[in-house]
Amino acid sequence: MSLDVILVGLAGVLTSAAPLLFGAIGETISERAGVTNLSMNGKILLCAMGGFAATLATGSIVLGFLAGAFIGGLVALVLAFASITLRQSQVAVGFVLTLLCRDLSYFLGNPIMGATGPRLSTLRIPLLADIPGLGVLLFRQDIMTYLSFLLIVGVWIFIFRTRPGLLLRGIGERPSAAYVRGANVNRLRYLYTIVGGAIAGLAGPIYSLSVKAGWKGTISGLDGMGWIVLAITIFGGWNPFRAAFGAYLFSFLQWLGLVLQPALPGIPSQVLQVAPFPLMILTLLFVNIGNAEWVERSLARLPERGRKRVVKILRALNVKPPSALGTPFEKE
Amino acid sequence: MNVELRSIRKTFGTIQANAGISLSVPSSCIQGILGENGAGKSTLMKILSGFFHPDEGEILLEGERTIITSPADAIRLGIGMLHQDPLDFPPFRIIDDFILGRKGGLFPDRRRAGKELKALAAQFGFDLDPDAWVDTLTVGERQQLEILRLLWLGAQVLILDEPTTGISQPQKEKLFATLKSLAGQGMTIIFVSHKLEDVEFLCDRVAVLRQGQLAGTAAPPYQTSALVRMMFGKDVALGARTAAQPGRSILSLEAVGIDGARLQIRDVSFRVCAGEVIGLAGMEGSGQSLLLSSCAGLTRTVAGHVGITDCDMTGHSYHAFMRKGVAYLPAARLEQGLVPGLSLAEHFVLSEGRGGPFIDRRAAAAAARERIDTYNIKGAPSHPVEALSGGNQQRMLLALLKKELSLILLEHPTRGLDIESTLYIWGKLKERCAQGAAILFISADLDEVLQYSDRVLVFFAGRMSPALPAEGLSVERLGELIGGKGWGAFARETARA
Repeated sequence: MSLDVILVGLAGVLTSAAPLLFGAIGETISERAGVTNLSMNGKILLCAMGGFAATLATGSIVLGFLAGAFIGGLVALVLAFASITLRQSQVAVGFVLTLLCRDLSYFLGNPIMGATGPRLSTLRIPLLADIPGLGVLLFRQDIMTYLSFLLIVGVWIFIFRTRPGLLLRGIGERPSAAYVRGANVNRLRYLYTIVGGAIAGLAGPIYSLSVKAGWKGTISGLDGMGWIVLAITIFGGWNPFRAAFGAYLFSFLQWLGLVLQPALPGIPSQVLQVAPFPLMILTLLFVNIGNAEWVERSLARLPERGRKRVVKILRALNVKPPSALGTPFEKE
Repeated sequence: MNVELRSIRKTFGTIQANAGISLSVPSSCIQGILGENGAGKSTLMKILSGFFHPDEGEILLEGERTIITSPADAIRLGIGMLHQDPLDFPPFRIIDDFILGRKGGLFPDRRRAGKELKALAAQFGFDLDPDAWVDTLTVGERQQLEILRLLWLGAQVLILDEPTTGISQPQKEKLFATLKSLAGQGMTIIFVSHKLEDVEFLCDRVAVLRQGQLAGTAAPPYQTSALVRMMFGKDVALGARTAAQPGRSILSLEAVGIDGARLQIRDVSFRVCAGEVIGLAGMEGSGQSLLLSSCAGLTRTVAGHVGITDCDMTGHSYHAFMRKGVAYLPAARLEQGLVPGLSLAEHFVLSEGRGGPFIDRRAAAAAARERIDTYNIKGAPSHPVEALSGGNQQRMLLALLKKELSLILLEHPTRGLDIESTLYIWGKLKERCAQGAAILFISADLDEVLQYSDRVLVFFAGRMSPALPAEGLSVERLGELIGGKGWGAFARETARA
């Protein structure tokens, strides 16, 4: 395989990671505020279908993306209302929403099944696109991929560097303390759940208008992506940069599966297609292994010097979820 | 700032928490609020700090009627409250915790805020590194951080809710010095506590609450017996020291080493006999909790041997220790000791750990009723355990202990409890000792350590002192050891031996 082919392939990895990134970063925002949005899988499907349908009807790609964001925000609003105002279980409501949205997308998407529509075009960045190597990799992408790069950095700066971002972390970590310091916890949770939902909603149209354009119902290959997004959010330790690493790793593994298929004829193609999923799970396990009590116990048997190093690495990898994740806030 | 509360009334359901309390506190005054658990202290303070709105009555600041809508509103008016468990953000950096909630531009100036934090800390002799993490601090240091933050936000009135619970003696002394200097600068300090000695030592005047009402006020010099009578409406006698008759060996540690997250313990050896009570003293995080949890098999030792009643238990699990008759009562009662959501009766069923797959509801309720009576718990078998007050939760934990025990390990057995409950709990524990159990307990309350222990182990930065007989040990000497002073004597002793 020549270098150029590899570069184009890797550029494709960046493109196909964009929906994962939007999903995981949207979820990160919502979970940082203390709300788990498990509707992700169904929501992405519904937004993909809705975005494609809107573009098909109006001819405007921009409207397609807006439709995706709108549906994502709307689903998040339902979850926010059920969990924050009605104080119902986020997990139960999220599960029901994910099933509802998935079936709704297949049902409502029936009329536009297999239709061909417009597709997001590549946007070459002048001069930068001509840099050897890097140009192909980074600067011949479509606008949503560029935005996904900006999203990683922007959301990281927001969460970890700005005053409202600090408050966002506060309401997810210890809402009672944030309340004492003047935060309107429930209003902010509404806001961030909806904003996070809208950002995650963009993952749908990115897929149906760019990565694999069109709507093919159950064979879109999109079902399941939402669960991977949720895994990446946790694996990413609620940090946009780590989430980005997870998203790129997953896309890379998927691409590797495709590339290796001709080279490894002995292995059924299904194995290579499915491999990224268990690999992701193994990575998750490895990252969080330091939490387990038996690991601590067996580590205590190691000689002193080696143990310290291992413990340090495990601590660095290990991240704790926002303490108030999933729990409603009550003033007293 | 002059603060005045006028006939404050607040009811929760059928319980009248505040039944018309009036209180006036001038600036530069340290006002003590004394009362047992459930006397209405916390409710009154939460009304003043904006958590609750009074059903009736009014609040006057500098003589003006003021309505306080929320805690954030209270701090804007200059009233700051330090909660018993500081309301901060443990996983955050100190500087982030410090600036959270302060208004300002999109990008907070962390460097400047850090400088201001350091300047404020220097004023009171606190040592806080803005870049360190809050969860590496002790409770005392978290209180210091919270006090500085409230001052930084312009607090004129500082309310402290049971601030001496869970902090060490030197930290307490530092806190008291800080409060005195703040009062000297014209601040109004309201000090809520159920600890007589703290209030007597610190406060310019004291108001005693009982059952939601002002039972009386006092000014120095205080008469302890008069304060106790106002708190309880009757006289309560403190128990006398009783010496133990040590029996067979229960716990033996030989050259034990333990690795904690931030601290290592090396080469610890000692022996505890039946009937003995051993108090573990030290600043929070000096190693005493690590040692206690490794005596229960909850933390694995990395060197040496742990023996329970002549069996080598090194490396065994908590359950193996439990089968040997070891019981562990953690400080976080509701988080680690009890199961919120389950009723009292269900707890007793769980702790029995035998019988068929079905629960005999009637028998369980009867058994629960019997134990509730024996242990004087205020609650019914069907009540959820989280509805109990702190003192009753601790009684519940004792009631759940198995009949046959060899070693009882306790963390802060009476933290947050009033005098009556404390006496009761220790009475029950001493009964266990008489039956042949040994007790190891951690407490930040030095008087408690000296009062109830036969021998005391002092911890400082992972080092453990030899077992010191409690008789003849003074609070001052103990305080010094906890602060790291006077350890040279031990080294010399060991060298000679």
